[in-house]
Amino acid sequence: MHINGARAVIESLKNEGVELIFGYPGGAVLTLYDEIYKTKFPHILTRHEQGAVHAADGYARATGKVGVCVATSGPGATNLITGIATANIDSIPLVCITGQVATPFIGKDSFQEADVCGITSPITKHNYLVRYAEDLPRVLKEAFFIAGTGRPGPVVIDIAKDAFAAEFDYEYPDSVNLRGYSGINIGDEKTIDSVVTALQKAKKPVIFTGGGVISSDTHKFLRKFASSMHIPVTSTLMGLGCADPDSDGYLGMAGMHGSYASNIAIMECDLLIGIGVRFDDRVTGIVNQFAPNAAIIHFDIDHAEINKNIKTELSVIGDLQWSLPLFLEKTAPYVSSIKSNCKEWYEYTIKMQKENPFTYKEDKTHILAQEAISKISDMSGPDTVAVTDVGQHQMWTAQFFKIYGPRNFITSGGLGTMGYGLPAAMGAKLGMPQKKVLLFSGDGSIMMNCQEMATLADYAIDIKIIVIHNSVLGMVTQWQRMFYGKRYSHSLFKSKADIVKIAQAMGIKGYRIEKKEDLKTGLEKIFSEHGPVLIDIVVPEVQDVLPMVPGGKRLDEMVLEGDI
Amino acid sequence: MKYQIAILAENKPGVLTHVSGLISRRAFNIETINAGYTEENDVTRINIVVNAYNETELNKVIHQMAKLIDVIKIVNISELPSINRELIMVKVKADTPAVRADIVNIANIFRAHIVDVGHENVVLELTGEQEKLAALIDMLNCYDILEIARTGPIALSRGTTPIKNM
Repeated sequence: MHINGARAVIESLKNEGVELIFGYPGGAVLTLYDEIYKTKFPHILTRHEQGAVHAADGYARATGKVGVCVATSGPGATNLITGIATANIDSIPLVCITGQVATPFIGKDSFQEADVCGITSPITKHNYLVRYAEDLPRVLKEAFFIAGTGRPGPVVIDIAKDAFAAEFDYEYPDSVNLRGYSGINIGDEKTIDSVVTALQKAKKPVIFTGGGVISSDTHKFLRKFASSMHIPVTSTLMGLGCADPDSDGYLGMAGMHGSYASNIAIMECDLLIGIGVRFDDRVTGIVNQFAPNAAIIHFDIDHAEINKNIKTELSVIGDLQWSLPLFLEKTAPYVSSIKSNCKEWYEYTIKMQKENPFTYKEDKTHILAQEAISKISDMSGPDTVAVTDVGQHQMWTAQFFKIYGPRNFITSGGLGTMGYGLPAAMGAKLGMPQKKVLLFSGDGSIMMNCQEMATLADYAIDIKIIVIHNSVLGMVTQWQRMFYGKRYSHSLFKSKADIVKIAQAMGIKGYRIEKKEDLKTGLEKIFSEHGPVLIDIVVPEVQDVLPMVPGGKRLDEMVLEGDI
Repeated sequence: MKYQIAILAENKPGVLTHVSGLISRRAFNIETINAGYTEENDVTRINIVVNAYNETELNKVIHQMAKLIDVIKIVNISELPSINRELIMVKVKADTPAVRADIVNIANIFRAHIVDVGHENVVLELTGEQEKLAALIDMLNCYDILEIARTGPIALSRGTTPIKNM
């Protein structure tokens, strides 16, 4: 097939089974957009490149496929940066195609030129600068392979404008040939044997599960592991959905805003089995006091994660698809003895969780965020996807919205990117049209990518946006209240902006719920409507996310109520 | 502690930036870095000396570097029996016959080569381990050193097994 580079990109996307891309055109990608036009390749035009990359990320998280976005050179590419970093730290597979100025103009500070490979090196799994069209099939094949295998991550392909235009004989390779990367992660079986031995000796084991279980699609093994041996499960923010929230031994989220039972179980356990986690500082509290009485075991695909933050006794390095089934097989003969060994502990943790659920003091006159989120959770089916922005509402959603399955909770965990939610929810809905998609946002976060409401309207993307509107930057004010003497420096929005009117002006429906008595009926009415809707729920300014483990403290030093 | 690391990488643009960027991002200090072609023409060998707090910290950065797609193999040569060499060139002021004779003498003692000589200066070249190079510089410090260029150390493990097969 004698085609140009731009068409080669489209054909390669087709070969990779890509069904939808997100993007924004510009000078350096005009040839590519011309081919998108000619081939009618499915493309969502966002209102900002940041919207495109977060949408591709939300699409990837919801579907498990590689998300694809396109941006032009210079500012188009630099607008992707926040989204690439967001995907990178949460290990989300993306292929980001950026245009670059034509080869003769590279390095001359040309119009709309930026060193995209230089800028994105620290925040990508890999990147490419393509100068010759002939390289495109190989590079695209490699990019999808690298993004989607092993520990997933974003790959950037920066393509010179003239490479899009040059014609060549296109042939898509069947396989990749990378000496430094196999994508296969089968570990040493002996490491699993030692974990089996350790588990047999344990009296107080805890499973600590993370995002790796979701990206490897191994939640079924994890659930079987926990339920068959009666081992309590706690989760990181990124791992929500791995475990069944209604199951007995599920203790809820751990960490800074984690549940009492989870944090105490981590402090008291004698064996902590981390699965697909990276022991982030938000979850460990003070790092040398994390699980102080426990032997720590770490299952992970990435060798570099072992002993990075937490020193472990045993590690099983390899794909969880390899290790977890094998581990279950090897533990099978000991299931009943493990179960009886841990009986007392299991019951103790369940009791602890039952007596200390996430809670809040109801307010007689005002709607509280926690209350609204709980109600919405009750109204939503198990197949609902909850997407969040970043801040107090994010933590409250993690605490009060029940996540029944993997890929049903989409949040910027590692980078904590405000403005992530709206475009990510959009991508999630487009990837999973059969699922109900809810976005929980705040009046701070929603404004950071509010332009994407126009995209929602244009494509009639049916998501429900719940804005928890407290007229402050909630998490910032919480810290200012607790640690900065209530000096609310630039965190109070005395804004005249009307979010409902913004929604309406962008072409989607917008409602406001202010009165407590209107909450239930209002929500019911709005959820029954078809198409994108924004609901502005007005809540009080002063509310803290609790429990809270203050920075530099142990997990059992969490504050449950009142001031810190 | 200083550690000598050898990295085999795809000979592609940007590899050196990737590797060095990763090291500095993890707050390690690169003492020296050099790269060159190997027995396979599409493979580059990058030789790095890093300053790391201890071996655990070093291993963290080695694992991070091993994740780079273009990195084929990475080995901490310091922990292996190995031969370590560096090349140095020193330009010394030598504007009198007496000084020139002195420097030629020193060069002979160290088995350094005089690779350039003029009316005003002499250039010495020496290959060896770092202690030997340091000793030469120490001797030449009695004269007027005008300029130094050095490659940074390179190392090969002893025995028949190349690091790519380790």
